[in-house]
Amino acid sequence: MKRFWGFVVKEFLHIFRDYRTLLILFGMPAVQLILFGFVITNEIKDARFAVLDLSKDETTRQITEKITSSGYFRLDRNLNTYHEIEAAFREGDIRLVVVFEPDFARRLEKERAAHVQLIGDASDPNTANILVNYATGILNNYLLSLNAEAIPLQIIPEARMMYNQELKGVFMFVPGLMAMLLMLISALMTSLSITREKELGTMELLLASPLRPMQIVVGKVFPYVFLAFINACIIILLGWAVFGVPVRGSIALLLFESFLFISMALSLGILISCITNSQQLAMMISLVALMLPTILLSGFIFPVENMPVILQWLCHIMPPMYFITVIKSIMLKGNGLFFIWKETLILIGFTLFFILLSVKKFKIRLA
Amino acid sequence: MAVSVDVQNLSKNYGDVEALKEISFSVKKGELFGFIGPDGAGKTTLFRILATLLLADSGTATVEGFDVVKDYRKIRKIIGYMPGRFSLYQDLSVEENLTFFATIFGTTIEENYNLVKEIYSQIEPFKTRKAGKLSGGMKQKLALSCALIHKPEVLFLDEPTTGVDAVSRQEFWEMLKRLKAQGISIIVSTPYMDEAGLCDRVALIQDGSIMQISTPEKVVESYPLELYTVDSADIYRLLHDLKKLPGAASVFAFGQSAHLSFQKGKLSREGVLDYLSKTGHKEVQVKPVKPNIEDCFMELMQKG
Amino acid sequence: MITNIIIVKDLVKKFGSFVANDHLTFEVRKGEIFGFLGANGAGKTTAIRILCGLSFPTSGELSVAGYNVYTQREKIKQNIGYMSQKFSLYDDLTIFENIRFYAAIYGLSRKDIDNRAEILMKKLNLEDARNKLIRDIPLGWKQKLAFSVAIIHDPKIVFLDEPTGGVDPITRRQFWDMIYEAARNGITVFVTTHYMDEAEYCDRVSIMVDGRIAALDTPVALREKYQARNMNEVFLKLARAQTKEVA
Repeated sequence: MKRFWGFVVKEFLHIFRDYRTLLILFGMPAVQLILFGFVITNEIKDARFAVLDLSKDETTRQITEKITSSGYFRLDRNLNTYHEIEAAFREGDIRLVVVFEPDFARRLEKERAAHVQLIGDASDPNTANILVNYATGILNNYLLSLNAEAIPLQIIPEARMMYNQELKGVFMFVPGLMAMLLMLISALMTSLSITREKELGTMELLLASPLRPMQIVVGKVFPYVFLAFINACIIILLGWAVFGVPVRGSIALLLFESFLFISMALSLGILISCITNSQQLAMMISLVALMLPTILLSGFIFPVENMPVILQWLCHIMPPMYFITVIKSIMLKGNGLFFIWKETLILIGFTLFFILLSVKKFKIRLA
Repeated sequence: MAVSVDVQNLSKNYGDVEALKEISFSVKKGELFGFIGPDGAGKTTLFRILATLLLADSGTATVEGFDVVKDYRKIRKIIGYMPGRFSLYQDLSVEENLTFFATIFGTTIEENYNLVKEIYSQIEPFKTRKAGKLSGGMKQKLALSCALIHKPEVLFLDEPTTGVDAVSRQEFWEMLKRLKAQGISIIVSTPYMDEAGLCDRVALIQDGSIMQISTPEKVVESYPLELYTVDSADIYRLLHDLKKLPGAASVFAFGQSAHLSFQKGKLSREGVLDYLSKTGHKEVQVKPVKPNIEDCFMELMQKG
Repeated sequence: MITNIIIVKDLVKKFGSFVANDHLTFEVRKGEIFGFLGANGAGKTTAIRILCGLSFPTSGELSVAGYNVYTQREKIKQNIGYMSQKFSLYDDLTIFENIRFYAAIYGLSRKDIDNRAEILMKKLNLEDARNKLIRDIPLGWKQKLAFSVAIIHDPKIVFLDEPTGGVDPITRRQFWDMIYEAARNGITVFVTTHYMDEAEYCDRVSIMVDGRIAALDTPVALREKYQARNMNEVFLKLARAQTKEVA
């Protein structure tokens, strides 16, 4: 045990000596979170839209005004024919086109239902999705204000955001960003640590000593758990202070789950470190191979339910998906452990799996 | 006398390259044993196998009676190893490095201070300096201290003096002699032929094979040829002309002189003088000379 | 007539408060083999870098191959060759590719490149190995090839930084044969080494201790002056004297 602590002390010394890296490790997540957060909110505030009003009546004029005055949209132009829609998108700035069918007001009054078409620019599917949802929300609000009659009025399509009623994109993003940043930073930190010793030649001395693989592997992970945990706290704090993302559930539970996820990511980093021989390769793997799945296959940007089955299956072997589920559940829904014990167990499983595999893959000799 | 390291028919290949070809030798307890040979001779491969860091393709090796494959864990507790490349933590201070290596071997600096005192005391004034900021000679002293701090029974030093200046090299060898006096078996490798004389026994190694194992004195005695050292005003032309001399076995530059080897009786001092004056050399001197390890090494290389 | 191809007057190089080169003054004659010795950290590498036009001196007057070190660094680079033990050839290129690359960066014409490459490979007996990767050839070949490549553009001076480290004794001597030959062809050779017997092969030797030149003369004169049997003793005497002063 003394040997293990000696090793941990050495690791801490390395970390605190290298203050530049330390700065990046702590600075980068904060900067990224803030940038990402603002980019997303800005996009939604400034979204330009066009209207193709085939009815041109009082109701459509009012709805258009509602959308324009919502703060999310800015009316860019009025269109006259369907043909102009594509041209409007091609020119670039238009994110959404709202099409009112002919005789809109009359149909709404007589048939109790009218059609409005919301066309999003699907080249940016995520934004498009959010914008369509915003617009739908505005339409529904408008209908509610008209709803004096017994039989409710209908405008199709309908969509609703259960736990994000204010339709704030940043609420969806903070949990996802948290997962991504913690995953990358943590995996990166440890993936470099063993390969660095291999490159410097110091691994040769460690191997020729009585240190056991388990001591080296765990000794490498241990100090970084603290650093990454501080990172997690910073991110949660920033999410709350800057973007007003609430923590509706237990903070202790949230911190525990973050701790678990960090350990998982650090263990994954160590595994990468054990099977590669250069820092360069380790960094490539942690950045490229982890970044894309974390962003794309975790439900961070694209909802898992909408994916093809094969990709869904892939998502289920990506640890970030579980973590995102867990923190959304705690932060936005205020759920307790009872609702997320399955995900928690899976994260514990991943951690143990990576640690054990690392010890097994750890080469007790050179080459 | 008890055996410290025993190696039988050890071979190791990297792809097509034969790094070690069936080498065998044994080192006695408390011996200072040197491997003399150029880069690429297989020294580092051999040291890594003995330090349990590499697996041989065939053959056996034991260190203090422990098998390098089966009992690698036991060996790792009792050896001190200094790799060819400086391998300490550059971002840690002198003292932090030493403390770290003491701890992972389950000991403390205080416990074995006596053993490293002589070496470590020379760098102790700089103990808060980062290892990366030390000069070549000091780095080497720190590396040796770290390899010694757990009181190993056997020391493996892979080219400890490479790239180190002549002054530091000499100091280093003096330290090794004193360590040997403490009963530690030391196996050291070097590309500097002149360091052979400082070992109890040497193995001359080239291209993965041991050409000769003996005491430095016996290596020199077994030199099969006669040797003259020849001087001339123009050393470059001297070398060329001597190579053309009938009966010359080999001609090599040694400092300002040339060493001319030949089969006993094939050449005479007068004959060489005569030949050189005919070829127009001035300030010629020809003297019989005792071969040194380098003469022997080159002779063995040419035979192989 | 003796012409000096390198002239150094009062060269000072400081890194912060650390003086790496402390008023060096020396000349290197055209066509000579000049040994540049010194303990680790004595300031050799710093001085070589300045002479090769890779870094600026803090002060002093320097001319290399007739060009000013401050204002004509590009000219200097075209007129010198450089080889070090640590880096010289690309491991992942073949022998021929390395030759072609170095010849090309010195602006040799295509025809010239092919000609010289053939001559060079023939001289080193590497014709059959022309398509071998550098990483697959023995160290001795590598060093000989690296030297040949360093002088492929007929430089006025070639700088050799520990060219023979770790090389076997026979190859080491073959290497020195090549150095002699280059010197005979008028190339000035500026060489550093840790092998003291190699110091004896030089026409003149300078020994640096703690940033200053402690001695500069022919090996014979140095041995006489310090009453030493060989250059190793000269070196030890000079370096030790200095250490005592500091202590």
